Amino acid sequence: MPTVSVARELLHTMLGRVYTQEEFDELCFVIGIELDDVTTEKAIIRKEKHLQENEADEDEEVIYKIEVPANRYDLLCPEGICRQLRIFLRVEKMPTYRLSRLPDSSILKMIVKPETAVIRPFVVCAILRGITFDQARYASFIDLQDRLHQNICRKRTLVAIGTHDLDTLQGPFTYEALPPSEIKFIPLKQAQEFTAKELMEFYKSDLKLKKFLHIIEDSPVFPVIYDSNRTVLSLPPIINGAHSAISLNTKNVLIECTATDLTKAKIVLNTMVAMFSGYCDEKFEVEPVDVVDPVGRVTRYPDLSLRTMDVDLSYIKKSVGVPLQAGEIVDLLSKMQLTSKEIDGDKIQVSIPPTRSDILHPCDVMEDVAVAYGFNNIPKTRPKTSTEGRQQPLNEFSDLLRLELAMAGFSEVLNWVLVSKKENFTLLNRKDDDKIAAIVSNPRSSDFEVGIKSPLFHCFVNSLAFQVLRTSLLPGILKVMEHSKDVPRPVKVFEISDVVLLDPSKDVGAANSRHLAALYCSTTSGFEIIHGLLDRIMNVLNVPVDGYTVGPSNEPELFKGRQAKIFYKGSCVGSFGIIHPQVLKNFDIPDPCSYIEMEIERFL
Amino acid sequence: MRDADGAERALLAFLESNAEISNSEAFARDLGVDHELLAGTIKSLHGFGFIEAKDVRRESWELTEEGLVYSRNGSPEVQVFDAVPAGGISREDLQRKLDDSVFSIGFRKAMSNKWLETKPLVSRKVLKVEDVVKQQLLDIKDGKNLSAADIDALKKRKLIVPKVWKAYSITKGANYAPTRTKAATEVTREMLLKETWSEVAFKPYNFQALGQPTEGGHLHPLLKVRTKFRQIFLEMGFEEMPTNNFVESSFWNFDALFQPQQHPARDSHDTFFLKSPCKTQTFPEDYLERVKTIHEQGGFGSIGYMYDWKREEAEKNVLRTHTTAVSSRMLYKLAQDGFVPKRYFSIDRVFRNEAVDRTHLAEFHQIEGLICDKGLTLGDLIGVLNDFFSRLGMKKLRFKPAYNPYTEPSMEIFRQVYPLYGSSALLTLISCCNSYHEQLNKWVEVGNSGMFRPEMLLPMGLPDDVSVIAWGLSLERPTMILYGIDNIRDLFGHKVDLKLIKSNPICRLGM
Repeated sequence: MPTVSVARELLHTMLGRVYTQEEFDELCFVIGIELDDVTTEKAIIRKEKHLQENEADEDEEVIYKIEVPANRYDLLCPEGICRQLRIFLRVEKMPTYRLSRLPDSSILKMIVKPETAVIRPFVVCAILRGITFDQARYASFIDLQDRLHQNICRKRTLVAIGTHDLDTLQGPFTYEALPPSEIKFIPLKQAQEFTAKELMEFYKSDLKLKKFLHIIEDSPVFPVIYDSNRTVLSLPPIINGAHSAISLNTKNVLIECTATDLTKAKIVLNTMVAMFSGYCDEKFEVEPVDVVDPVGRVTRYPDLSLRTMDVDLSYIKKSVGVPLQAGEIVDLLSKMQLTSKEIDGDKIQVSIPPTRSDILHPCDVMEDVAVAYGFNNIPKTRPKTSTEGRQQPLNEFSDLLRLELAMAGFSEVLNWVLVSKKENFTLLNRKDDDKIAAIVSNPRSSDFEVGIKSPLFHCFVNSLAFQVLRTSLLPGILKVMEHSKDVPRPVKVFEISDVVLLDPSKDVGAANSRHLAALYCSTTSGFEIIHGLLDRIMNVLNVPVDGYTVGPSNEPELFKGRQAKIFYKGSCVGSFGIIHPQVLKNFDIPDPCSYIEMEIERFL
Repeated sequence: MRDADGAERALLAFLESNAEISNSEAFARDLGVDHELLAGTIKSLHGFGFIEAKDVRRESWELTEEGLVYSRNGSPEVQVFDAVPAGGISREDLQRKLDDSVFSIGFRKAMSNKWLETKPLVSRKVLKVEDVVKQQLLDIKDGKNLSAADIDALKKRKLIVPKVWKAYSITKGANYAPTRTKAATEVTREMLLKETWSEVAFKPYNFQALGQPTEGGHLHPLLKVRTKFRQIFLEMGFEEMPTNNFVESSFWNFDALFQPQQHPARDSHDTFFLKSPCKTQTFPEDYLERVKTIHEQGGFGSIGYMYDWKREEAEKNVLRTHTTAVSSRMLYKLAQDGFVPKRYFSIDRVFRNEAVDRTHLAEFHQIEGLICDKGLTLGDLIGVLNDFFSRLGMKKLRFKPAYNPYTEPSMEIFRQVYPLYGSSALLTLISCCNSYHEQLNKWVEVGNSGMFRPEMLLPMGLPDDVSVIAWGLSLERPTMILYGIDNIRDLFGHKVDLKLIKSNPICRLGM
């Protein structure tokens, strides 16, 4: 969930009273945001610079870090949080966002060239006229863009925002896509001119910008926005031009959002203008821009119109479980920035402002009613659903076997399904034939996993720990033994859980198989102890002594002449034997071990 | 050779006419018994006050393997010196004549002793050398004393190591007697047969010591808690879902749950994707089409997400990120088979490609419960959660609005942490888990819940008045709290401490 920093003073001023931390915490809880941390500006700087945490000065401004839900983009800045809280507390009425009335001829144009279709086809724009920034507002304006970029814009891949001092530019604007060598301009924070091609090289060492280069890097043409004097506004989604940079003194701001997803671009633009039009001379008024697409169609942005949704009152009442009146529902919704009115047929018509893109379905309206009513005010009821409890037979069966193994003197371990390729194959003397194991395409090296510490295998120290899904329970159990050198011998352990095997007959191409494994480790190998355990398992499975046979086997992880396959009803269900000394060495296990592993689903 | 009894008799007899045994080692040698064996007897006699034994420690030096070799073959520096012929020799030839280790150690030493020079042929600088080191090693072997400086030099070269001899000096003890009759510790079959049990003197039992550890195996603590949760669900009439399929398609894991394809949870930083088997191609096609439509254009009263939904994204196989992937398959099946009310549960593994730390692993167990019926309300969800959690000993819950792509409303479940006088272990230990929540009387999150979105249920073909209320939590967190474990790797995975598995209480959640 995204976190937004809000000065406590600002909150108190906006909410019209001083809240204790507990009171504010409670308010957040009720509305579904969270007071995550309480800090100060200086503490944040100290932390960034890794300085010693000193006693905070008395006069340091207290900052609340507030976590907001991932789908409420309108809460990504202090302005939005304060507005929602004020409306919820009925300090403020829901604002009406509107476009300024201008003759068509004086509306600025953004002309989209057809070449943009191959790289970043959409652009939407708006103008904030007569805005007044101060230090805090300006910082918030920049922060909101960062947070939108991080969240809904998916690190600028879906949408990128550019903001410009309109007074430095001359419309109409063009949105083009050109070969990188033909684009030349002075980028933000630089003094010299670069071609776009040079810039891509230059920013490879820029910690902040280098992670966005991949979005356009391989394209033959780069998206670029020009004004009528061929001044570059921006090279989206990487950087703006220095020429049109905004400052504290900027009065008129042009906002452009280029995108691969038009729906999200509109949401981002609406969020920006809804949050900051409050600082314009004409409060909540936004100047539109006409976007002319390659076939000449004109669309006016931003679209600040209210969306309407008809919602059955009975649906709300039945879902929440409280017999609310229409008037109460309308009143509750007004606390959540939704205006509504009762209409014919036991319905309400809800007007959804441009800031509430999260409302997709009447269930979202129903939730807002429930939140405004208070989840914790809803009376508890019991579902009348009458059903019978039932276990999965395989799980019930596994649990019974687990008890038997524990009663036979073995202790249960529980290992990860994800193992390294080496653990699953090489270290077990096995070859990977690519035919049995499911492989992860984006493995992560485990930061605490130092791999096998035997001097022979120093090279695995930084290997990837989560590469394949185990095809047997052996690697996990051997790793337990590697870490149990100090445990008094004999050690007896078992595990009953799933391995994963490729299986073309399944829709996903792989299937779990439930295995039973047990290991005995002491100063002598104890092969007959594991053999005895097999007999005991068969005994509790009600398989008579002549109902299973053991036959010769040649498993590479087991010792020659001290291993056997287990046959039941004509097919092999597992094997047991002394672990091969080389395998013991690979896992740095100093003592001999005997081991049994078998599939158990066939006995179900 | 005498046995322990013989040694004991001889020792007590010796003390009858002598005041002291000054060195038990020498005494053992004279008796012809192993000193280890005699030491056992001495400790036992000392324990019963027959004798008074005092530790005598002696340090001596012993040759290392390397030292042993040099004591036979001469020190490497002398070996090198001897290998240099009068007319000199090239370094390479000299090296060839000798063992690698002898050459590398010996040459360096001989050079620093100024026995040899290189100009550039290696030749002798002195006529004759004496192998002092060899002689010192032989002296040590014979038990002779060396000067501290010599000992130090040999120790530095790792040619000798200290050896500690432990022996006893012995005098008569307070309860001395020339022979002892042993006090019995056990009632034996022989005593019963001969009826001697009433005459035998029994050794007092030491109630301060622990008894003998039991034999037998042990169940894993995490799975003991799983058993408890399974019982609670079964008691409440829930049916277990088949969750033995770790590999799942993105379609069932995400798309069917109305989770948009650009959602951050579907990023490779959060989810494990599979290289093999890389994709799923068999889907119920008509249902897939309805899912595509609800994402792209909406329907059933929803405006949808309005983006281009791609089949290739849905085909990508993942390690399931939640057991809700199984719930979506089960609810789809329920819609196809004909709706009947259901209560389902599962407890099984899920996988997240997240950074691993003290409280997070790449795999963990998710507990999930859901009820599917007509006319379910948010009040029902709150009611059933209170029933469920009160069986864990959590009587008072609070709910916070939250966001989740496939539930609406979504509620985080919180419970209050009381001061440390609660009866249940969960009540008392929950405070050690999260530093921010360490203060008591705080509300801490224990799970998530909600009603599944109509955009998830209606494309499946469930009747439109059917709702599903559901909740989930992890198995690891309550287990860590219950057993006071603060590092998840001590609980789950191969770094587990086998002692922890053998020694943990029964799971009495809610009892």
